[in-house]
Amino acid sequence: MEYMTIDSRLVPIEGEKNILAVIRKAGIDIPTFCYHSELSIYGACRMCVVEDDRGRIFASCSEQPRPGMVIKTNTKKLQQYRKLIIELLLSSHCRDCTTCTNNGMCDLQSLAYKVGVHAVRFLNNKEQLPLDMSSPCIVRDPNKCILCGDCVRTCAEIQGVGAIDFAYRGSKMQVTPAFNKCLSETDCVGCGQCRVVCPTAAISIRTNVTEVWDAINDPNVRVVAQVAPAVRLAVGDRFGIPKGENSMGRLVTALRMMGFDEVYDTNFGADMTVIEESTELAKRLESGEKLPLFTSCCPAWVKFLENKYPEFADNVSTCRSPQGMLSATIKEYFKKKDEEEGKTTYVVSIMPCTAKKAEILRPDNFTNGRQDTDIVITTVELIRMIRQVGIKFSEIAEEAADMPFGYASGSATIFGITGGVTEAVLRHLSDDKSHNSLNAISISGVRGNDNFKELTAKVGERDVKIAIVHGLARAGQLLEDIKAGKAQYDFVEVMACRRGCILGGGQPYEEGHNTRSARTEGIYKADRMTPVRYTSENPNLKLVYDEVICGKEHELLHRNLKN
Amino acid sequence: MLDKSYYQKVDEIINIHGKTKAALIPIMQDIQAEYKYLAPELLTYVAKEIGVTEAKAYSVATFYENFSFEQKGKYVIKVCDGTACHVRKSSTILSKLYEELGLSKDKHTTDDMMFTVETVSCLGACGLAPALTVNDEVHPAMTPEKVSTLVKELRGEANE
Repeated sequence: MEYMTIDSRLVPIEGEKNILAVIRKAGIDIPTFCYHSELSIYGACRMCVVEDDRGRIFASCSEQPRPGMVIKTNTKKLQQYRKLIIELLLSSHCRDCTTCTNNGMCDLQSLAYKVGVHAVRFLNNKEQLPLDMSSPCIVRDPNKCILCGDCVRTCAEIQGVGAIDFAYRGSKMQVTPAFNKCLSETDCVGCGQCRVVCPTAAISIRTNVTEVWDAINDPNVRVVAQVAPAVRLAVGDRFGIPKGENSMGRLVTALRMMGFDEVYDTNFGADMTVIEESTELAKRLESGEKLPLFTSCCPAWVKFLENKYPEFADNVSTCRSPQGMLSATIKEYFKKKDEEEGKTTYVVSIMPCTAKKAEILRPDNFTNGRQDTDIVITTVELIRMIRQVGIKFSEIAEEAADMPFGYASGSATIFGITGGVTEAVLRHLSDDKSHNSLNAISISGVRGNDNFKELTAKVGERDVKIAIVHGLARAGQLLEDIKAGKAQYDFVEVMACRRGCILGGGQPYEEGHNTRSARTEGIYKADRMTPVRYTSENPNLKLVYDEVICGKEHELLHRNLKN
Repeated sequence: MLDKSYYQKVDEIINIHGKTKAALIPIMQDIQAEYKYLAPELLTYVAKEIGVTEAKAYSVATFYENFSFEQKGKYVIKVCDGTACHVRKSSTILSKLYEELGLSKDKHTTDDMMFTVETVSCLGACGLAPALTVNDEVHPAMTPEKVSTLVKELRGEANE
């Protein structure tokens, strides 16, 4: 084993690509703005600087560890250096922390505190730029940008979109779409992954909390919530609940305390999606037309495909997303009651996703001109609402969601993770509905963190070739391969966000490095703990199909593609 | 909307350099050499053709002072403001030009598209300070009076 010395202690080098990783392994949380393990190394923020035994200062993120190296991470010189960097960053930063949407969650704020900057000696004479509110998903505030470039690299490297980039140079540098266009005029898909990596509020979630309170406070409105699978695993993060724990019970109670009239589970919509999408796949396999079938649950993916690969538009499943299916069904369910009581039903969809905010505005998601989902709020906005009410989330009792849309199978739960939609569809298409079959499917290659997985599954007599992708850059590569005839599939599942919705653009990201694994484990546990694992065994489905949908699957559950 | 001929010309330029990401800068340079400026529509077109994002192409184009998205006048006057020219009062040369042509720090080109005035950091003609160039022709040891004469001459030449 080879070793290097970090702060007078020997630390083994185990194939880390940079010194920063070795330092963090040694239990030192060295500060960074521009370093993310999944992105290329940029080395711009200079927060991760270390000093070697000759007094040389360099960035640990962009230096390889070498055996025998001796470095220190917290000398007087380094402390002053970091302090000055933060002070200079703050000198041209909007410092309205108390009214900032990211107050208390801002890396710049917390690092300024950690390194001990108590005053900024310099005046901010940077020209104030307008906010970009053109996207329904995210808001860009260039005045809060510290030019770390995390959003630029995420958009280009992970998502293959590249809607924003640096422009100009020196003191005039900004991050912006080409020609200072609005985000809505670019290829932005609204995934919100830029907001996830942004250390400040330069990119933040477009919030719709006020609209929800207005609806709740209107006595003539029936306010109905639906909660997506990934939300319940993340909402507790900000309330001291262990990461990855399923907080659905508490969430239902909290929503009722806030004044929601009905609380439903988006998982029910996912169960409907399993049925509709399995039927669609079976039909296409039989006819051999429009293969591969692409999943349509992820709106960022659908938009990406429409922007860059419109020639594949027919391959996308005609199914609405689980959110869309459930909202349409809820509106149908209350139609008569609304007329009798003189009320309107308002569907609030609680999602881990910023792109869902755009999905609900798509005319192909409307039913006869009616917008089915009235508003989408993300997990982060929900947390803010819970705080506004003052609910002690960790202390409240757990309650169950309302019927008939409050009960769903385990297959629906795993829609929140990459491979989950495929796994659910395979379960549904399997003739053998036993425990052994569940296990066999779970180890067939559908699970795992790789951004590209492929497997062949037996459906009836036929071998079905399946690909599972997360990250749109990888999805783009796959489409290129399919186009070039280098790859051939029958079914392709794509989720835009890395590892799926559990790490969506609307989720909270607390400190610590086990968020990903805890949520992954949490979602599979939620599946295991659901008494009904197969969609077809969800007793409420038949009821809803018979009494609410009544043969109107095409109208309510599928995208309205004629308009 | 630019005329089709612009895109044909750009296609020719792209063909010379090849459809690779690395060809972005030479292509932009050739377009600018052809039209004296880089029309935004053409940059967008080039980005798409060679497979870089529009935002990336914009990033590169705005990084270099040399690229301009604004259409230039018939005479491009570059006033040197390097150290040597600066200490020999290039600023009076510039303000005289602005005055004569009705231009300013924010307005670089006259409405009749005759003159564009820019400053450059050094022309490498320090011995001739203060210097300026008109379409790459060097005019040495300028004074405000010589500026007036020069503008008159250029206007006369254009009217002939």
